[in-house]
Amino acid sequence: MDNLLDNYAGVVGYEIIDHLKQLAAPLKGMKIVHVNSTKEGGGVAEILNRLIPLKLELGINASWEVIEGNSDFYLCTKKMHNSLQGDRDDISEALLKNYEETGRQNYEQLRDKLETADVVFIHDPQPAPLLSFANRRKGKWLWRCHIDVSHPYRPIWKYIRKFVESYDASIWSLSTFTQPMPHPLYLIPPSIDPLSEKNIELPLDEVDSVLARHGINRELPVITQISRFDRFKDPVGVIKCYRHIRKSIPVQLILAGGGATDDPEGAEVLKEVKDFAGDDPDIHVLELPPDAHREINALQRGSDIVIQKSLREGFGLTVSEGLWKGKPVVAGNTGGIKLQVIDHYNGFLINTSEGAALRIRYLLKHRSILEEMGSRAHQFVLENFLITRHLREYLTLVVALLHGSDERIELELPGNR
Amino acid sequence: MIEEFRILDCALITISTGEQAQNLRELRDRLLVTHPGSIYYHFWGVMLRHTYVDPEYQNDFAVWASHALHDHIIAERLSLIDPNEHISIEDLRREIVEIIEQHLYEKEHVPWARTGEQFQFTRSQIVVFDTKQKLTTPDGFKEMIPRLPLGSIFYHFIDSRRRTAESRNDFSIWLSYFGDSYSELIDRLDNIDPYFTTLGNLRDEISDAFCRFNGGE
Repeated sequence: MDNLLDNYAGVVGYEIIDHLKQLAAPLKGMKIVHVNSTKEGGGVAEILNRLIPLKLELGINASWEVIEGNSDFYLCTKKMHNSLQGDRDDISEALLKNYEETGRQNYEQLRDKLETADVVFIHDPQPAPLLSFANRRKGKWLWRCHIDVSHPYRPIWKYIRKFVESYDASIWSLSTFTQPMPHPLYLIPPSIDPLSEKNIELPLDEVDSVLARHGINRELPVITQISRFDRFKDPVGVIKCYRHIRKSIPVQLILAGGGATDDPEGAEVLKEVKDFAGDDPDIHVLELPPDAHREINALQRGSDIVIQKSLREGFGLTVSEGLWKGKPVVAGNTGGIKLQVIDHYNGFLINTSEGAALRIRYLLKHRSILEEMGSRAHQFVLENFLITRHLREYLTLVVALLHGSDERIELELPGNR
Repeated sequence: MIEEFRILDCALITISTGEQAQNLRELRDRLLVTHPGSIYYHFWGVMLRHTYVDPEYQNDFAVWASHALHDHIIAERLSLIDPNEHISIEDLRREIVEIIEQHLYEKEHVPWARTGEQFQFTRSQIVVFDTKQKLTTPDGFKEMIPRLPLGSIFYHFIDSRRRTAESRNDFSIWLSYFGDSYSELIDRLDNIDPYFTTLGNLRDEISDAFCRFNGGE
């Protein structure tokens, strides 16, 4: 813990770490609380897992709270999640009432921490109602939206909006995801952690042994999609893509995903995927526990190409994970993926299973291009999508927020020139 | 007595203005009224946002015209706009609008983007902070420049252009306080084009100017 920042300096360089220290200096001792709805599984929990210790090491009094609810609460928030991404999924009055009541109960539990905080980050719709109970709040409250809300199912967005518009500001992953709000809309893409179990460099024999354990033949090319079993990730479309490729090149497919505790639909989609895969021995559908980070790391490193055939995507952290491991990523031309995959530079953006198959066949037949793209992929993430960049933007945002809406904020500058 | 040169650094945070354009005419309309900081951001902010340089198009308007409108003629014309040639953001705004209006006049149809590919106007807030590094004479620059954070390069070489009365880089302004001794170096610095490049390359160019002045490689 003592040397966490030094460890990151080993990856990104001391220049970046010094920059963080200088930005954090005016925030020392400040109480910043993050609230979300799951401790593990999903990109938000992964980011918070490392962001909090980093903020602490920078001298900020940061903490992370997780709200809890019953199964109806998670059913409701899953429906909300789908509706905000465009599904027409109506939610009953009873579920909404339970959602609001869960918010009230959690607020009571967290009241002291939230009311005394200087800054509160509320992540996604699950804890959004907390602000409506915070009549005696001291600090600034921000709503962090990790979802693509560009085409929401309007009745559900209208319902969520009434909670969200009272926040002091909101944060979105991309400008295309935003909805009009009566407060500033900050844009901060998320990131991956290069020192986490999921992304750290692994010994080759460990990669080999994980692949061997799952019966993967190292002599044949491997394409992999890592993601939750969710229809928006189009796992069935990935199998269709694999079948197109198999007509001309022998290849193996890994579809691996863990469940998140707030996703009750996962089991149903997993069954659909298994049924569609049938008894093909070269399709490996792997159900992994939420803490199988090192295993996922090995599967990505052992792959020739990473695929992320999402139809809708908030950001798609698995794309940056694949790129970080030096793999070209063939991914759906949607949402935050477009920010990570530069078409023909570090991977390919595709719209169909056929398009994905075409690009993968091309890369498997042109190994030197595959290697070159992989090398650019790693560098691109190093410069743009690591947690140090994410932290820098959060720190900048907090500094900016505390100084109002001025275009230029100068922190205790001496007279210069 | 000449005041010391303090090295400052900066970070940008991006804000959506909430404005968007679905087609070229809407882009023109929004450009007429959008916050000046938004025009600045779409030309210069990209340098602090990403290290990837699109080899074809240098500002966000041109990139959008190419990738979303698929109108390469207007993309090329917009890409050639050099913000350095404009004395103010308002002057730059007039130039962009003029180019778009001329194109609209020539076209039979207004080019449209697909839903989801609208141009999103953004602007930024800049947070400036002191690195605690300072120089009392210009001699130390040669050693210091290669180690400067990219945010410092942005602040002293690009942001300075809209912050200073001379619309110039901070290094040249400070060096000019030392009389004619540094006029050759000032000329070199003033001739560096900060556009069509990355901040890393810009730092190398500035460093090279100091090295050559000091008799280095």
